[in-house]
Amino acid sequence: MTEALKNVINQTEQVILGKPQQIRLALTCLLARGHLLIEDMPGVGKTTLAHVLSATLGLQFQRIQFTSDMLPADILGVSIYQRESGDFKFHAGPIFSQMILADEVNRATPKTQSALLEAMEEHQVTSEGETRPLPSPFFVIATQNPTNQIGTFPLPESQLDRFMMRIQLGYPDAIAERGLLSGVDRRDLIAELKPQMQTSELFELQAQVRKVFVSPALLDYVQAILRHTRESARFVHGLSPRAGLSLLAAARAWALLAGRDAVIPEDVQAVLPGVASHRLQSVHDTQASDGEKLARELIEAVAIP
Amino acid sequence: MKLTAQLTYGLIACILLVSAPHADHLPIWVSAECGALLLWRAYLARSGKALPPRWLLLGITVLSVMAIAATFRSLFGREVGVTLLILLSTLKLLELKAVRDATIVVYLSCFIIITNFFYSQSIPTALFMLATLLVILATWVHLQTGTLAFKPRLRIGGILLLQAIPLSLILFVLFPRVQGPLWGLPQDAYASSGLSDTMSPGTMSKLSLNDAVAFRVTFDTAAPSRDRMYWRGPVLWDFDGTTWKRGRNPTTLEGVVEDTGMPLSYAVTLEPHNKRWLFALDMPNKLSIKHRLTPDFQLLSDKPVNARIRYQADSFLSYRANPDELPRQLQRALALPRGLNPQTQELAESWRTSHPNDDAAIVREVLRHFNQGGYVYTLEPPLLGANGIDEFLFQTKQGFCEHYAGSFVYLLRAAGVPARVVTGYQGGEYNALGDYYILRQADAHAWAEVWLGERGWVRYDPTAAIAPARIESGLSAAVSNPASLPFMARNPPAWLRELRFNWDAMANQWNQWVLGYDNETQFAFLTRLGMEDISWQKMALNMLAGIFTLVGVFTLLLLRRLVVRQTDPVQTVWLKLCRKLEKAGLPRKVHEGPQDYAARVIATHPEIAADMNDLATRYVALRYQASHDDTALSAFKHAVSAFKL
Repeated sequence: MTEALKNVINQTEQVILGKPQQIRLALTCLLARGHLLIEDMPGVGKTTLAHVLSATLGLQFQRIQFTSDMLPADILGVSIYQRESGDFKFHAGPIFSQMILADEVNRATPKTQSALLEAMEEHQVTSEGETRPLPSPFFVIATQNPTNQIGTFPLPESQLDRFMMRIQLGYPDAIAERGLLSGVDRRDLIAELKPQMQTSELFELQAQVRKVFVSPALLDYVQAILRHTRESARFVHGLSPRAGLSLLAAARAWALLAGRDAVIPEDVQAVLPGVASHRLQSVHDTQASDGEKLARELIEAVAIP
Repeated sequence: MKLTAQLTYGLIACILLVSAPHADHLPIWVSAECGALLLWRAYLARSGKALPPRWLLLGITVLSVMAIAATFRSLFGREVGVTLLILLSTLKLLELKAVRDATIVVYLSCFIIITNFFYSQSIPTALFMLATLLVILATWVHLQTGTLAFKPRLRIGGILLLQAIPLSLILFVLFPRVQGPLWGLPQDAYASSGLSDTMSPGTMSKLSLNDAVAFRVTFDTAAPSRDRMYWRGPVLWDFDGTTWKRGRNPTTLEGVVEDTGMPLSYAVTLEPHNKRWLFALDMPNKLSIKHRLTPDFQLLSDKPVNARIRYQADSFLSYRANPDELPRQLQRALALPRGLNPQTQELAESWRTSHPNDDAAIVREVLRHFNQGGYVYTLEPPLLGANGIDEFLFQTKQGFCEHYAGSFVYLLRAAGVPARVVTGYQGGEYNALGDYYILRQADAHAWAEVWLGERGWVRYDPTAAIAPARIESGLSAAVSNPASLPFMARNPPAWLRELRFNWDAMANQWNQWVLGYDNETQFAFLTRLGMEDISWQKMALNMLAGIFTLVGVFTLLLLRRLVVRQTDPVQTVWLKLCRKLEKAGLPRKVHEGPQDYAARVIATHPEIAADMNDLATRYVALRYQASHDDTALSAFKHAVSAFKL
């Protein structure tokens, strides 16, 4: 692991207290060129995490607060008639940024949601017949309130599949909370953060992730996991091939973060709850929040070949 | 799927291999036509030209069938069936259009394999057919897979063949046997040669060129000496000047033997010879199979021996045979054709006048005459005319056993002593490996029996007076020019002899356990295996149960291979380590990766932290990392073997 990457982790952990696992997962997602969905109660530090990450990595940051009256143009941008020149000029929306925090994405209407998700998938925006590329790197952290809250449009499964991972932050433990309460205001801390990495270094790391070796034995394991979700009666439907690719990419990034040049089963197990929890649904219980538990069950059910 | 030239060659090879052994007994034109058709087909496959039109094929087929009908004068029967099958299968190759046609050719080849066993059931045939089956299976695999190379095809074929072995063993051992040959047409019995029921000059010497096995004998007690081993066959009474014949016995009474010693017991495995007689040592007493004993002590089966049979027999080596012979039988034993062989007649009468009342003395005179008269024992005696006995006794003086036995009996009859010719086999070659004697056609022999009043019928062997070596050590010792003998009857070098004994011992086992596995052997074998109360229903049930079990086991194994990937050597070593730790109370959970497991083990046993970490690292490196050398695996193996908790 490079010095820069270590510094990134250290600096983030100084601001976000008691969540080393979530920080690593978020970084994993970033290195694997995936997008992250954070689902939790308001006020547990979702926004702070996004802020800290962008500041530490030196990425251009935009926050989009989703509301129910939002239109796609509010995100993508709009062409406005110029009286002086007599033609239309495109005013880029907030999505033209390296790191996007899509806050409370489930408050927007499906139409707006899908505009965002398509941009995420294509890494480009098509508006009024013209295709415009998004900046690179392009990383979306979307947050979602638990779906049982009033006035939300929960993301359908097909849309959820476009997020590489979904993580939950949860309440901090006692020590972390004490530090949080007694320490300096987080907003001040964020303002003082210095970038620990050049964008070129980030690209370099992303390229390294792809080179992390995956042995046939490990592919056997990944396939066994995928097969189990498809054959088991426990799940409404199995993991898609895209989920399989995401799992492997995330495991590679996780291995790189752990300083290894090859993926081992533990890497897969570490990222599996993040990668699978929003894609799996129990046949018995439709509560989306128990995805994590389902993923744990899945790990324990599949023997490492 | 398009049928490739490669596949066509395979199919041609199949038909060629299964038909080739038939060439020996198919009509010559059929062999030629099949050969021509195969060549034509191969040429078409090579050049990629179109197959012949339908009308041409139809024409060839109709003509061929008509020609077969004309050759055999029938379209029914085994010979015709086999010929038609081969010809039509060859023609089928010329209308290979779809996969279906190729499949039919493959199945037909399998079927033709079976027909080869109509003609030969020897070990070489079986081995050849096994090899042929392998080629057929490989072709079949080719048909199914299309793209596979030759070697893997052959490998899959071999695996299929190996998998079939336990199945066929069950079928072989347990399939209820039907008594008698399944295709019992008399003219279809096995082609064979052997003793006939007549004897004329040349009969025996011709047989002596034949190396084929006549029968095999296993003695239950000590075997008698070679010069006492006379295997009795047809007894010949009637002489017409050139040929000795059996004639008709005027009575159906069995022969009577008296003053016998202890019986000698032995088992004979007789090759099929299409005649009714059975062979036993002089004098036969009891036989384990259904038979009839004639007044002149011939053993006759109730039907011609057209399949190999095995029987247990008892014989007396010392005996008095029929001392109270019927006068009519004695009349037959004196009859001679009139007006022939005057010189012989004269010689015999001179002996009679010098020994008016002593038959035994006349016998001695005859033997002395043979012994001192300058007679030669040879395989190639000169041809004889109408007065054959005269010519032989006074001019040529060269003969084989039939000459000596015939003229001996003739002389005695001319002197008024009742005598008859006995044919059969003499001696036998001991196979120490299998502890049995082999009697070949070359051991065929003729001797004489003389009726000496109260001593009954006494055996005399005039050949022994001329060439005692023939009786004591066999044909090759007695004949002056061994080169004229069949290869195997000569005195071969020791290693060749050894090889030949080995081979014959194997062939004997094959005969007894594979070919001779009839319902009685099956019964004996199954009883020995501990199966009680054997009925065919029970056998069939056992057989079906065995087949289902076997197929079930195979299915499970195959399914297992589909579900569980075979463990690689690295994992095998790792699992060994896991078992060691499991014994120490730390079983690995199925989903636990090497690092997690190592961490858990170390948490409870901190003292082995270094070892455990090292092993886990080695395992991860070997199994999940990109490259490693071969020494790493063996080092890992050693480390795991050395590991102790």
